[in-house]
Amino acid sequence: MKASVIVFPGSNCDRDVQVALEKFQIATTMVWHQETELPKSDLVVLPGGFSYGDYLRCGSMASKSKIMKEVIKYAGTGGYVFGICNGFQILTEAGLLPGALLRNNKLKFICKDVQIKTINNQTAFTKKISEHKILTVPIAHNEGNYFASKEEIQSLKDNNQIVFQYCDKEGNISGESNPNGSFLNIAGIVNKNKNVLGMMPHPERVIDQLLGGTDGQEIFRSLL
Amino acid sequence: MELTTVDQAKQLGLTESEFDKIKELIGRIPNFTELGIFSAMWNEHCSYKSSRVWLSKLPTKNKYVVQGPGENAGVIDIGDDDVAIFKIESHNHPSFIEPYQGAATGVGGILRDVFTMGARPIANLNSIRFGKPEHPKTKHLLNGVVSGIAGYGNCMGIPTVGGEVEFDECYDGNILVNAMNIGLAKKNKVFLSIASGVGNPVIYVGSKTGRDGIHGASMASQEFDDNSEAKKPTVQVGDPFAEKLLLEACLELMKTDTIISIQDMGAAGLTSSSVEMASKGKLGIEIDLNKVPCRETEMQPFELMLSESQERMLIVLKEGKEKEAEKIFKKWDLDFSVIGKMTNSKNLVLHFNKEIVCDIPITSLADEAPKYNREWISTPLPEEINIDKKLNDLDIKDCLVKLLTHPNQSNKSWVWEQYDHMVMGDTIQKPGGDAAVVRVHGTNKAIAATVDCTPRYCFAHPHTGGMQAVCETYRNLSAVGAEPRAITNCLNFGNPEKKEIMGQLVEVIKGMSEACLALDYPVISGNVSLYNETNGVGIKPTPTIGGVGLIQDSNKSTTISIKATGNLLLIIGETKGHIHQSALCYDILHIKKGPPPTINLAEEKKNSFFVRDLINKKIALSVHDISDGGIALTIAEMCMSGKIGANITTNLIDAERIKFLFGEDQARYVIEVKSADYDNIVKLAKEKEVSLLQIGSTKAENLTIDDMKITVEDMLTLNNKWFHNYNSN
Repeated sequence: MKASVIVFPGSNCDRDVQVALEKFQIATTMVWHQETELPKSDLVVLPGGFSYGDYLRCGSMASKSKIMKEVIKYAGTGGYVFGICNGFQILTEAGLLPGALLRNNKLKFICKDVQIKTINNQTAFTKKISEHKILTVPIAHNEGNYFASKEEIQSLKDNNQIVFQYCDKEGNISGESNPNGSFLNIAGIVNKNKNVLGMMPHPERVIDQLLGGTDGQEIFRSLL
Repeated sequence: MELTTVDQAKQLGLTESEFDKIKELIGRIPNFTELGIFSAMWNEHCSYKSSRVWLSKLPTKNKYVVQGPGENAGVIDIGDDDVAIFKIESHNHPSFIEPYQGAATGVGGILRDVFTMGARPIANLNSIRFGKPEHPKTKHLLNGVVSGIAGYGNCMGIPTVGGEVEFDECYDGNILVNAMNIGLAKKNKVFLSIASGVGNPVIYVGSKTGRDGIHGASMASQEFDDNSEAKKPTVQVGDPFAEKLLLEACLELMKTDTIISIQDMGAAGLTSSSVEMASKGKLGIEIDLNKVPCRETEMQPFELMLSESQERMLIVLKEGKEKEAEKIFKKWDLDFSVIGKMTNSKNLVLHFNKEIVCDIPITSLADEAPKYNREWISTPLPEEINIDKKLNDLDIKDCLVKLLTHPNQSNKSWVWEQYDHMVMGDTIQKPGGDAAVVRVHGTNKAIAATVDCTPRYCFAHPHTGGMQAVCETYRNLSAVGAEPRAITNCLNFGNPEKKEIMGQLVEVIKGMSEACLALDYPVISGNVSLYNETNGVGIKPTPTIGGVGLIQDSNKSTTISIKATGNLLLIIGETKGHIHQSALCYDILHIKKGPPPTINLAEEKKNSFFVRDLINKKIALSVHDISDGGIALTIAEMCMSGKIGANITTNLIDAERIKFLFGEDQARYVIEVKSADYDNIVKLAKEKEVSLLQIGSTKAENLTIDDMKITVEDMLTLNNKWFHNYNSN
């Protein structure tokens, strides 16, 4: 299996996700944002970071970069695209996923472990996770407060596009377990065709017990 | 060109005799640009004129040191041709005036110091100190500084893994923001700032130059008064995105064979970077100021030379390598300009609009900079006072609860959860423990790092305080199982022109030197921040020490969390019950008299080796050094971190019990071990002549000390509330 990780100026989780992919024997190519062609890939990853310094709006400038034209084409033909954190923000800015990520409701950057509940385990990204399984995965963002219009939210629900929701250790999806003010505690969604996933938590940071957890492995294992 | 006067010199922070010395050195009256350059190079921040005499007494070598003080950062060997490069630096004055940008650019500056040397930065730490929480500015400063550190470090994608936060009224008018960074490089790929080769091109790369931060270094060398806010324009503005690009571009360039020397433009910008490179290479340098990329129009030579605009580097390239280098910087959308060349004139020559606007010998700026052996007086060791009567009346639970809820001892997750402490995927121990542990990427070894200082000890007796700060880092590294290798220091003091303050600086350095020598734990980099005074009142002497150690096997490291019920808790090191200057006396009872705890360097070393050996043998399951709050708070923290209780028996009463539980004798650790290992540990301790005391055992839910009982959950609630309550209204 082959993956391409897109590197924008300001990406900073590109190496982390490469390490994670390679841990699962997924051959990884780093692709510079100014490339106009995507290498033959089974998966494209948009990593976390601060592409273009988060200037203008998070993900906005990256969504207009040269390589993104190719990524959009690739997604259009059913190719798998996985955006983590800033990658999720880029996907919404590029129109590959609905909604937007606003500033955290408490207006502070938050880096900590949170629990997320697997709502849809029927996607290529989650197929090896048991239904409703609670994963402990860290978040690290300033703008992870998911927002979408009423119609978009209805459509997400109707098409089973909500993949992860923030919850507590018992799996309760509540205001207390919502770290950033996300609508419906949304932590990750897919597009209608289920081939594009965006999520704010960082599964690539929990693939090693020594670093505090292995729940992220379940997502990478699903990709195989 | 207009000649300058002594009044202008004074406005730029120089004294009359310094102005006379300048005239003597160059044999004429300097013009305005030249005077500005002198004032920038000769201020305290750049010249260390008050501290140099004493700094030279610090031990700077052991078998691991590859590069000691004098470069952008220090370098130590960590085996396998790997080196760790690190330094700590202050950004106190700018952070008080503009907390967000001040703190952010403090982080940016220290990062450049480290990657200038060829290292990829892997860990940020910081030590931040504020005035009392009730002071009208404290909340604003705390929030601004923390956001600033977060804003810069997070965007750079370098984890902020450790630090300290303290409140004390002595910082009401002068907060401290000390930022530390550690990077990794290969031993044969370390880049220095020594220029060489007459004719080699001098390159400017990075962001454009603006008018921000002009004379920042001079501001940092002056006291504050009520009008300090007017100094806002001297604070630099940070752009972490530009620095991220600069980092990647520089590391990419360093893979090629093009660089002779490289130096970041930090304090005093283009002036100090060009002078330092030329001075170290014993060469001259010629710069055409019209070629400096500018962000603003009509910038004058004085401004171009003194601007502290961020994210800029000066590089001396091998001749003919300009195209190759330029290509890399263009790829990263950064400015690249050949602005001059190295010469054999030994002068700093600046051209502007086809005129020579500066022509002064490099030696007069660097080697000939003033050096003062300032008068100083020693602070005597305060006498013990009898406070037993007061202590007799104290209730253990009340003391513990007051400490747990005190801002200085409260859980700091409100602070460090704003920092990305996991990015780069190697953080083994995140903030909240004794030391941060970060794996060396792709290996099984790890770097441990901590920053510490106890200013109340330093104020009571600077000599002891200096020793203690070094020892505390040594202990914190030992507690996670790391071998302490070297330190970096940031010496924050008041006005050195006052004998008492100069005495504090001298005594702290003497104390540090003794500790460094005894522990084979040298100083490899650092900076000095003086004039931390407002309206004539100085801060407590605050020598912030950043300690770095090595863990050979990442699987052999411990945390402070109690691991299981039914284990024994042992105290390593002797408990005498020294209560003066303890957190209990100082912060809770407000008794600020008396001597700090005594330091026994032989004990420090012996106990550290003993604890590390137990960690290495996997006998010590959890370890926490005993510092603020004594045995009681140390064990409470271990319980909260592991969410497991403990049962402690003292067999003491009244004042003696309070001293035993809350006293802050040094060189001590609490360790958790299996009861089956106890006899063996006693034997080992006897062999090594280490003092050992079994104090209790671990158990579910409650911490009990004699007849006192509190649930771990209650302690967590109490310990977690202060920062959230303080910042939510």
